[in-house]
Amino acid sequence: MAATVKEFGGSGTFKHGVHPPERKHFSEDIPIEVIPSPKKVLMPMLQHVGAPSVPVVKAKDVVALGDIVCKSGGFVSVPHHAPIAGKILKSTVTTLPNGRHVQVIPIKADGEQLEGQALKDEIIGGEWPLDSLDQYDRQTITEAIAKAGIVGLGGAAFPAHVKYTPNDEKPVDTVLINGCECEPYLTPDYRVMMEATQAVVAGAILAGKAAGAKDIIIGVEDNKPEAVKALRQAAADTGVKVALLQTKYPQGSEKQLIMAVLKREVPLGGLPLDVGVAVSNVGTASAIARAVMRGKPLTHRVVSVTGSGVRNPKNLLVPIGIAYRELIEYCGGLTEDAARIISGGPMMGFAFANLDAPVTKGTSAMTVLTAEDVRKADETACIRCGRCVDACPMNLVPTKIALASRAKDVDLAQAYHIMACFECGSCAFTCPASIPLVQLIRTGKARVMASQRK
Amino acid sequence: MTENANTMASESQNAAPVIHVSPSPHLSNQALTTQRIMFDVVIGLVPVVLMALYVFRLYAVKQLAICVISCLLAEALFTKMRGRALSLKDGSALVTGIILALSLPGTAPWYVGLIASVVAIGIGKAIFGGVGMNLFNPAMVGRAFVMIAFASVLAAGGYQDAGSTVDAVTQATPLDSFKQTGAVTPLFALFFGLTNGSLGETSALACLLGGIYLCIRRTASWEIPAGVILSVVVLGGIANLANPDTGWTVLHHLLGGSLLFGAFFIATDPVSSPMTPKGKFIFGIGVGALIMLLRIFSGYPEGVMFAVLLMNALTPLINRWTIPRPLGAQ
Ligand code: SF4
Ligand code: SF4
Repeated sequence: MAATVKEFGGSGTFKHGVHPPERKHFSEDIPIEVIPSPKKVLMPMLQHVGAPSVPVVKAKDVVALGDIVCKSGGFVSVPHHAPIAGKILKSTVTTLPNGRHVQVIPIKADGEQLEGQALKDEIIGGEWPLDSLDQYDRQTITEAIAKAGIVGLGGAAFPAHVKYTPNDEKPVDTVLINGCECEPYLTPDYRVMMEATQAVVAGAILAGKAAGAKDIIIGVEDNKPEAVKALRQAAADTGVKVALLQTKYPQGSEKQLIMAVLKREVPLGGLPLDVGVAVSNVGTASAIARAVMRGKPLTHRVVSVTGSGVRNPKNLLVPIGIAYRELIEYCGGLTEDAARIISGGPMMGFAFANLDAPVTKGTSAMTVLTAEDVRKADETACIRCGRCVDACPMNLVPTKIALASRAKDVDLAQAYHIMACFECGSCAFTCPASIPLVQLIRTGKARVMASQRK
Repeated sequence: MTENANTMASESQNAAPVIHVSPSPHLSNQALTTQRIMFDVVIGLVPVVLMALYVFRLYAVKQLAICVISCLLAEALFTKMRGRALSLKDGSALVTGIILALSLPGTAPWYVGLIASVVAIGIGKAIFGGVGMNLFNPAMVGRAFVMIAFASVLAAGGYQDAGSTVDAVTQATPLDSFKQTGAVTPLFALFFGLTNGSLGETSALACLLGGIYLCIRRTASWEIPAGVILSVVVLGGIANLANPDTGWTVLHHLLGGSLLFGAFFIATDPVSSPMTPKGKFIFGIGVGALIMLLRIFSGYPEGVMFAVLLMNALTPLINRWTIPRPLGAQ
């Protein structure tokens, strides 16, 4: 098992990290269901990393499924496409769960919609003949990715074409497809691996070709043996390898994944590209396959609606821009003891209250937790037990950074490498004194950035 | 469908659960609390306490009762004075009380335990701002204070009570008798702990049992005792080589006096020891080295307390020196 990882140089895991409860059972075995077509969607112009997209439609325009609505606003930006057929309304502003206020283009459903099984077949179903991939060359693939508006579907929402555009200074030798899904509760990637296995493998091969990589590796945590089996079967004779990784949070974080599989260290402040790697999530891979092989833009994605605060947890195929409210209603609503609604998973997701906010390309899940789930002992003094140090996958000293943040000491915070923290939450999860370490570090980071602007 | 959605919407509004917004992470390890960690330390101390009760009988009962009760009362008093919520629940005062009692001779008069406790909590902890803020190990601050204030009752002779019915107490402590007369206590007596000494230090076996439990539970960091033991072995080995005729071997150094008790229970106090594994190891090495220096060169044979206090003072510096290299940094 681990032998497959060793051949790439990695050990199958990374240093530190934590073992939060997995709680995937709510939704892992529930096949992807297609949500009924909504009456309206809100298409945010900024739902990715980079420059906001630029609208190319105006109010009252009629659009069909897949028509372009916004064009890319620069190299690091993407176009967005209509996820339903309908009429464009006047643009407005909304607040996304991450707290960002963004311009949105509302589209009111109008005319016949592609729905149900037909939609599922069209997006992830059907055949993805792996022997037909030779016909696509590098340029065709990157252009198709850019045109389809694909961003990282794992949550980071970084424009995918940027990673796969050939770069002579920093050649990519390995494409890593991330199927770790280390966040508790979340299952959209698992379902995609199970139900669109071929599309994932096809996308992996295409991404590898685009980047000119010699190795294509799909990394999966060992708590998903079924997915590993399915992927290995589908990838047999393609050269794509499946690496089995130890289940530990945050294995799915790029830097930790690269460490576990390839034993390469992404430099601080650098990108995987700096060590010759491009990383994409399995959902992104399936979107790449669709863009290249079927010429279709990214208009839908799989979202888990899960947690003990949801009456009937499900995995849903939803149009991007649909309101969270419709997701939870389709899943039977909230339970009475629901206490927190999260966009994403419980470790890094954003709690929010505005259910009218739209699902974006980077939304992997809607996790609803009960008061019991989020119960936490009162904050007490730090006993310097060092457990946060043992938990931090970046090898930081969280308590010292938090202390420096509390004291508003920017220099001390930087001496302890505050900016290397990617807010994975391992430290705060583990702290016996319930100190809000991540929150303190976030505030400290904002202060560091403000002091650097001065 | 439309209607359906509407009724569901109103339904879910009727139930109207209260939704809180809060920063991530939204899960925490509920099984792990400060209280739980302190409780673990108490469990780790059980073998040592039992051994103390077995060897010192009523002396141990009395000293433990005095120190624990005074520490708890002092904690209550000082938190109240500082206008804080009562923090007895976290168990840290209980731990300080037990460790303090175990580091005193059972024969010490009642007021020694009482004063040591008040100083431990008041000066060792409260004036630094309470649990988590103290620079020094509170129990050792209390111990050092009474050591100086009541030098006579706590000097080597203070451990003895010739008329006692408890056997151990009638003898000199192993380190002292070696210092005075060159008599070497047999290793098995040191290992099982049927000798005189501070309540908790006599049995190496009990310290190892409890200490290893704490290390396995990650309540104590193994790097500290490992560092202490390593430097005692190395320095003790050198001392042995320099003076091959001595009966007091490296093993005597390891098993005798409060070395193991100090290594596992005192030096490992998280608050006053460094944060990182590397820092902890350096700290352990330092404690071990200082103990050996004091044992070999000072007139007072027992150096654990001073060694720990000295290294406590260096802890902030060690923390600065051992900021770990973040993943990906040059
Ligand atoms: S885990 Fe919490 S109590 Fe322990 S050192 Fe870190 S911040 Fe302090
Ligand atoms: S300090 Fe940052 S990177 Fe380290 S565990 Fe905490 S949140 Fe994660």
